[in-house]
Amino acid sequence: MASAAFEEIAEDFEFLDEWEARYGHVIDLGKAMPALEDAFKVASTKVDGCASQVWLQPAIADGKFHFRGDSDAMIVRGLIAVLFALYDGLALADVGKVDAQAEFARLGLNDHLSAQRSNGLRAMVERTRKLAAEALS
Amino acid sequence: MYDIDKIRGDFPILARQINGYPLCYLDNGASAQKPQVVIDAITRGYGEDYANVHRGLHTLSNISTENYEAVRGIIARFLGAKDEREIVLHSGTTEGINMIAYSWAMAHMQAGDEIVLSVMEHHANIVPWHFLRERLGVKLVWVEPEADGSLAPETVLNAITNKTRLVAITQCSNVLGTIVDVKSICTGARKLGVPVLVDGSQGAVHMPVNVQDIGCDFYVITGHKLYGPSGSGASFIRRERMDEMVPFMGGGDMIRDVCRDAVTYADPPMKFEAGTPGIVQTIGLGAALEYLMDLGMENVAAHEADLAKYASERFSGLNWVQVQGNAPGKAAIFSLTLDGAGHAHDLSTILDKKGIAVRAGHHCAQPLMQHLGVQATARASFGLYNTRAEVDTLIEGLELCHRLLG
Repeated sequence: MASAAFEEIAEDFEFLDEWEARYGHVIDLGKAMPALEDAFKVASTKVDGCASQVWLQPAIADGKFHFRGDSDAMIVRGLIAVLFALYDGLALADVGKVDAQAEFARLGLNDHLSAQRSNGLRAMVERTRKLAAEALS
Repeated sequence: MYDIDKIRGDFPILARQINGYPLCYLDNGASAQKPQVVIDAITRGYGEDYANVHRGLHTLSNISTENYEAVRGIIARFLGAKDEREIVLHSGTTEGINMIAYSWAMAHMQAGDEIVLSVMEHHANIVPWHFLRERLGVKLVWVEPEADGSLAPETVLNAITNKTRLVAITQCSNVLGTIVDVKSICTGARKLGVPVLVDGSQGAVHMPVNVQDIGCDFYVITGHKLYGPSGSGASFIRRERMDEMVPFMGGGDMIRDVCRDAVTYADPPMKFEAGTPGIVQTIGLGAALEYLMDLGMENVAAHEADLAKYASERFSGLNWVQVQGNAPGKAAIFSLTLDGAGHAHDLSTILDKKGIAVRAGHHCAQPLMQHLGVQATARASFGLYNTRAEVDTLIEGLELCHRLLG
């Protein structure tokens, strides 16, 4: 069971049959997400392996994983908003338990997490898991 | 008569559906699709005629060698070279330019020498010269196109000094579609005693080429953009330059005799072709070039000029699309950015959903991206089998992008 925030997104997607509507919704989610300030868009927050630019700014406090993310591509930004709903605020120990691929599949967006995609989402998930694992150890 | 329906029928992949839509393949600048004659040549090359080349005395080895070596002549004819011994076979432009950098340039340059190149070059015509900058202290002298993407020959020639040892220039920008007047550059550079390397990766695909008429010293092509197999390619190298070259890679096929304390080399061009080559890829390239010559490159150029004109008209009707580069006579290559927040990747992702293949990114031309002040573009690059209807399909796709992203 994913977070309430993610379940809310999943419910919305149930009503969106056409890919155009799903993409439109993803783009809207991205637009609604606060932008990461330019000061945080630096080499250390940049996620490698992305053809578009993607940044992940983690904030770990009280055993919980928080982050902010951004991209210069709007669809990728929307997908980051979905990742935010999936991961933000989770206990560090729970981060590794999330099956992002399966959760994205519920939204019909799982092809964006495939190994062949260079949009950085997969690299972002991997960095999220790595950061949480490091903070735990 | 350019029978576009028949031509499209020659390319089996064009019948494919992508995401429920007919494939609209506009990524020819990255790699072109293959006609049936090329696929057949590959199948026959492996299925009936395969053996290593230049080595055996048995029947298959002789057939394979004949088929492979015949391609050298086909390439010479395609490029208008007077002697097929001026053609070196290799895996593509990247290997070709690296070979020239190591075999010719590195042996002839020293610290302080200069190479003139344009910011429109593909990384394959940049990074090998950076090697010389790093290792020898050679200086790279950059020339920039005008605001419309055009590059006057005088701009290139004015950058030549008494230290210039080479001009390395594309005949056609893979991002802007700009056609460079390489003949005038070669004429001017020759008067100053400076050799010219022409990157023909895009140019040879879009127009008839005659290296004798151009007057270049090096002209490099890559098979996979010429509707042939990946892993095939060739360089025309003027005889005088080839005589100045030392081998870059050593191994089988390029030697005459090897003993413990000495080695003698085969005659050029074999001297520069070490190891078992891409035999079947090269045979496939031969089939592709025969196909192009049967169509007639002047006919291909005329068809694509019509597409370029029509696409330019359609783009000019969309005030939210920016086309990078509108040099007169440009090739049918359109690098697009949307006004507002939409990124090239957004365009590519959405267009793909409609079966339209374009490339998003920096197109292996980061110095040009820096010059243009953009991170990335979505590039629609047309080929000999594309149609005006596909231009319309692209425009409809872009209108959808505008609705979703705007």
